[in-house]
Amino acid sequence: MERNQANKSRPRSMRLSNLHIPSHILMLVWMLVVLIPVYLLVANALKTKRGMYDNPFGLPNPLTFDNFQSVIQDGNFFSYFGNSLFVVGVSLFAILLLGSLAGYGLAHWRGKTSRGIYFGFVFGMMLPIKIATIRLMELMKGFGLFNNLWSLILVYIAMGLPIAVFILTEFIRGLPRDLYEAAHIDGARQHKIYGSIVLPLIKPALATVGIYNLVPIWNDLWFPLIFITQDDKKTVLLAVTRLQGQYATDWPRVFALLTLSALPVIALYLAMSKQFVTGLTAGAVKG
Amino acid sequence: MQKTARQPRLSASRINQGGGYWIWYVLPALIVYIMFMAYPMLDSVRLSLYDGTTGEFAGFANYVTLFTDPDTAARFWGAFGNTWVFFAYHMLVQNMLGMLFAVILTNRTMRGRGFYQTIIFIPVTIAVMVTGYLFKLLLNPSFARYALQDMGLGALARPWLGKEETALHVVSLVSVWQWVGIPTMMFVAGLQGISEDLMEAADIAGANSWQTFWYIKLPLVMPVVGMIAILTFVNNFNAFDIIYSMTGPKGQPNYSTDLIGSLFYRVGVVGDHPISNPNPGLGAAISTSVFLMLLAGVIPTLRATQSKE
Repeated sequence: MERNQANKSRPRSMRLSNLHIPSHILMLVWMLVVLIPVYLLVANALKTKRGMYDNPFGLPNPLTFDNFQSVIQDGNFFSYFGNSLFVVGVSLFAILLLGSLAGYGLAHWRGKTSRGIYFGFVFGMMLPIKIATIRLMELMKGFGLFNNLWSLILVYIAMGLPIAVFILTEFIRGLPRDLYEAAHIDGARQHKIYGSIVLPLIKPALATVGIYNLVPIWNDLWFPLIFITQDDKKTVLLAVTRLQGQYATDWPRVFALLTLSALPVIALYLAMSKQFVTGLTAGAVKG
Repeated sequence: MQKTARQPRLSASRINQGGGYWIWYVLPALIVYIMFMAYPMLDSVRLSLYDGTTGEFAGFANYVTLFTDPDTAARFWGAFGNTWVFFAYHMLVQNMLGMLFAVILTNRTMRGRGFYQTIIFIPVTIAVMVTGYLFKLLLNPSFARYALQDMGLGALARPWLGKEETALHVVSLVSVWQWVGIPTMMFVAGLQGISEDLMEAADIAGANSWQTFWYIKLPLVMPVVGMIAILTFVNNFNAFDIIYSMTGPKGQPNYSTDLIGSLFYRVGVVGDHPISNPNPGLGAAISTSVFLMLLAGVIPTLRATQSKE
């Protein structure tokens, strides 16, 4: 297309090609592809059994919350939820604490050893921890940690550390050096500098690392499936596998169960989608 | 190399303390990482050389069984082939769609980008297993048979997951549905990094949008393409939840959706036909094979697509 002065001075959005009609059509189609299953999930969780078979695609009529009620009551749903929260909370806290300490150390300590350790961590980003499963099973058996939430926490911490060390080391290296100099002149101790200067400054990086790990840990099925059999130690996701088998013939109840387990993360995502997107795609751009 | 530049600025301060000091900051993370990730990973390789039942050193016997024993090898090579099909779907459908979406979402004159982006990314936050169970129900012919017939779409009410010819393809597409947000956003991040001047220049030179994509955008996001390929490869060769929830740990029907991940679970963790006890040696041989394959795939991809440093 020819670009003369007149064309250039016109606002770009006024041009027909800038309406992007095919692009919008494609986006809208994909939007439906994404949202219809999610809609069917939630809508059918709110229907009676009869209501679902009569009208699987329509809005719930009659609307009922019985499915949610029975899921919450007859599984120990709050206990599963508590277990998941505990595992995610402790794991994230430890990943951020150990990761930022190590990042602080590695950012300042320059030498062959430190570079070796750094690459040792970064290498772990490429490798799925599942490969270590067989040995981890023996290890946990040896420690007597089967049916103990700590078996999950220890594995998740180890799994989260590579990305944490990578992102936080890079981030701390990028902080202006003058900061430390000034603190030193004031006579601040090293660990005080970490606590009162570095930690507040690396908050955005901590958020990225936190979210990067939050979703896979909350959503993990593999390790609970292997380490946990006792009902009172089950995480939400593990409980879902058992309950969905139990409810097999009562589909609205299965939908309610799935909705309950998926909703917290979706809600959190919608509330802070920017951080989620940065978090979950972290480590990709500069790998 | 960088030392000369940094040393003088720091020499006056205690910040310059050596490894003997900084190691204490690194040690807690290092211990946990080695104990629960690095060591178990490497030691699994050793375990693959031991007999799973007697615990005696067995050389490569597990690998011989895995690759050649009629029963075991049939399962292994079956799962191996299926995993490649699964991987092909992600590379071709998921990553191409991701690229297409990203090009659209980085067009500055396009409206509603933030909104579309938010929607595309929703499935990523749902647990794979929840997605699996959800689609297992939605794809069941009895879910909406009559409603579909009324709409004249009765042909859609089929046992998609019950037929060997369709099951693996359907499972792969469901997984694509779930994950397409990741490559999309990675490409978006990569494309946003391209300088505006460069695009202006291409514009002035009269390049059409296909030419700008092919000659400017694509070469510049090659490092991202590489990272996405690696991520896809690593994740697909460990995929398990989607199979477990949609077609069961045996990858039914008739092992047609069995992936390396589900085979590993059956053999190494719970025990598989004909032996109903888990076989750690054989399981470790599977995970070691995956490990080696990942290394063989990842390292050349990194070399080819990532510029140094």
